[in-house]
Amino acid sequence: MSLSTEEVAKVAVLARLRLSPEELQTFTGQLNAIVDYVAQLQEPDTTGVEPLAHGVEVRNVFRDDVRGEALPREAALANAPKRNAESFLVPAVLD
Amino acid sequence: MNADLLKDATAATLLAQLNAGEVRSEELVRGYLDRADALKRLNVFVHLDPDHVLDQARAVDARRAAGEPVGPLAGVPVAIKDVLCVEKEPTTCGSRMLKDFRPPYDATAIVKLREAGAILFGKTNMDEFAMGSSTENSAYGPTLNPWDEERIPGGSSGGSAAAVAADLAPLSLGTDTGGSIRQPAAVCGLVGLKPTYGRVSRYGLIAFASSLDQIGPFAHDLADAALLLRVISGRDERDATSVDRPVPDYVATLDRKPESLRIGVAREFFGEGLDPEVEAAVREAIRVYEKAGATIKDVSLPNSKYGVPAYYIVAPAECSSNLSRYDGTIFGHRAEDWSPKYPGEDALHPLVRMMMASRAEGFGAEVKRRIMLGTFCLSAGYADQYYNQALKVRRLIRNDFDAAFQDVDVILGPTSPSPAFKLGERTADPLAMYLSDIYTITANLAGIPGLSLPCGLTKSNLPIGLQLLAPAFAEENLLRTARVFERATDWHTKRPAIGA
Repeated sequence: MSLSTEEVAKVAVLARLRLSPEELQTFTGQLNAIVDYVAQLQEPDTTGVEPLAHGVEVRNVFRDDVRGEALPREAALANAPKRNAESFLVPAVLD
Repeated sequence: MNADLLKDATAATLLAQLNAGEVRSEELVRGYLDRADALKRLNVFVHLDPDHVLDQARAVDARRAAGEPVGPLAGVPVAIKDVLCVEKEPTTCGSRMLKDFRPPYDATAIVKLREAGAILFGKTNMDEFAMGSSTENSAYGPTLNPWDEERIPGGSSGGSAAAVAADLAPLSLGTDTGGSIRQPAAVCGLVGLKPTYGRVSRYGLIAFASSLDQIGPFAHDLADAALLLRVISGRDERDATSVDRPVPDYVATLDRKPESLRIGVAREFFGEGLDPEVEAAVREAIRVYEKAGATIKDVSLPNSKYGVPAYYIVAPAECSSNLSRYDGTIFGHRAEDWSPKYPGEDALHPLVRMMMASRAEGFGAEVKRRIMLGTFCLSAGYADQYYNQALKVRRLIRNDFDAAFQDVDVILGPTSPSPAFKLGERTADPLAMYLSDIYTITANLAGIPGLSLPCGLTKSNLPIGLQLLAPAFAEENLLRTARVFERATDWHTKRPAIGA
């Protein structure tokens, strides 16, 4: 298959990445090369094969539902790019 | 400071001197700080605070002097890959995105190091978010290989490998998602071990591909690697994928000959693209094992050829999800200006533009490429064809190992298809770079442990690594099997002739 620059531009918005027109060209070429390369994954017969999401499969890890220590607010806010005394500040979400 | 103290030092020799009272940790650490200063050109550390290091050393010295119990690494410097969170210390992950990030907590591996009395000796350079095989993808410039400063130290844990190779610390921690401990260990002439998935807690390890990432040690020899592995291993309730199994005393059993020494040689690990000098050294290692009484058997891993393509679906898919947290809101870089710049952007909500601009400025090219690839592979209409198919092939790769380990205890091969390549040689071609990990990547997909140890030098004096793979949680036998080779050879004693 071949990805067009329009499709790559759509993926960039999904991925929340601003790409310059030059980057868009470069990535379209490189992504197509990689997608061509991984096409060989269609070769082996995988009929009836269960997908493997983790090499060491651990299932049903439970713990008691007890209240633990939480990160203090000041520590949580300490790395914020923009904040006030008690919250993270972002551009207006609602118009 | 006795200049000979650091020469040919290992953690074991330093611990013996520290415990005998022949040297204080402060003295030792000053020696390493001086050396780090003299070798700044290698660009090993992205952060190293001398006062902070000296404070830790003095504290350990005081405990020792007072006769208080000290841990198994008391006073020994351990360099830390900058992907591991250290409370209130800069933790950049090799990225501009996290340039000013100071984590509010320690990774579990760091907590364990502190409990063991280790001195946290700086944060080491790495490929951005651990994506790369050369450390050239760091936002803070490349690290140079101490054996040849025109060459890469491997990656993504290149700084941690170079730190030990250049004797800037006797031990270091790295992480391995597709070979990022074993390949740098190979090209820097070190022992590097990727534990079984779940052996070491990933809590506080900045996630790249969560089903593949593991933390592991770099060391000059197996005894040191065993010591550091023992310290960091074990179940952690903060990582639900860490496994509740006893941690063997890897150090105590290291010199015991394995009960069974059946070594598999996979023909798939000797294919096209393997450097002849690397192949010759690995073939010689097989002869060493034969002499030591091992049974050598041919094994087949027919699906290993799909390792790199499966990895380049699974890892980017997981990374695109994991790295979505860097959006300029809670932590990390936020762009100053997100007004529409390129065609179509004026239709986007300002919040979306803020995220897009922040991520565009914060991430480097390889990280963007993998986020794009992963987002594409998971997008509507493609997930089944790419992601789910890759997970099925992943099962086939694991099944190959399960079958092979019915007949052999360990599988042997080269770690890296070539010795250290030149800086810049593969940066323009992502696929060529990806193939650096062709022999290491399948262990991550299968979750099994892998180890690289020095097995030779090329004519131009570049280290060659031997890779040994074992079944899940067989680290103890893996180390003992590697030790059979180490006892019979002296490659682990070779160090680069580096002028400070």
